[in-house]
Amino acid sequence: MTEKKLTIALMDPPYESANSTTAFRIISAALEKGIHVNVFAYEGAVCLPLKDQAPHANPVKGTTVEEEEHPTTSAFVSALLEMGGLLTWVNCGLCVDERGASNVVEGVKRGSPADFLKMAQESNNTLVIPTK
Amino acid sequence: MTNYIFIETRDPFDSADTRFVEETAAALRQRGNDVTIFLLQNGVFASRQNGRESTLSRMALAGVKILADDFSLCERGIQKGELAPGIELSSIETLVDSLMQENTKAIWH
Repeated sequence: MTEKKLTIALMDPPYESANSTTAFRIISAALEKGIHVNVFAYEGAVCLPLKDQAPHANPVKGTTVEEEEHPTTSAFVSALLEMGGLLTWVNCGLCVDERGASNVVEGVKRGSPADFLKMAQESNNTLVIPTK
Repeated sequence: MTNYIFIETRDPFDSADTRFVEETAAALRQRGNDVTIFLLQNGVFASRQNGRESTLSRMALAGVKILADDFSLCERGIQKGELAPGIELSSIETLVDSLMQENTKAIWH
């Protein structure tokens, strides 16, 4: 295995847990190091790249959408996919269908747990980030 | 010999099962493995020297490497000088390097 590969399984839905932010940090750091990263998004994590997400204003602070610059998880996923083309993101198809979550950002693929197994077998290491 | 990385994300004051990670890490170290506990997210609350007595410093003396994520510490207002003895300031980049080491098993908790 000449190329370095890391596979990560995600399960938390957007805005539920710090796990999502941490996962984005790990993926970004790995991509910066030239490591190929495979993400298998399972259960609620298939909603992380949902294109329908919209940033919002902050009524508490009275800031507008533009002033707030609220980051959506789909914007994070898009940005990571653009980092050198080293990221493969696969959403679990059954989880997508259950949630009606098929409208995802460009570059996200559809697959099954069999893809996760294949990705893990081809990687130097696999990190499973479960829900609590 | 295997490298084990326990990624502890839970606050010991909130989750009683953080003890499980400490006990498993200690047992693996006693069997001659390289063991690291990487404190991440609310897991860094265990790193403060002024907190309730933690087993982490004693584990560090026993050869378990204890690292604390700088971003998680910063988010929670914990300064480097507040870390208990034996706990080292670290980063997500270091975690990625550790994950890519040969023969390494990572356990997220």
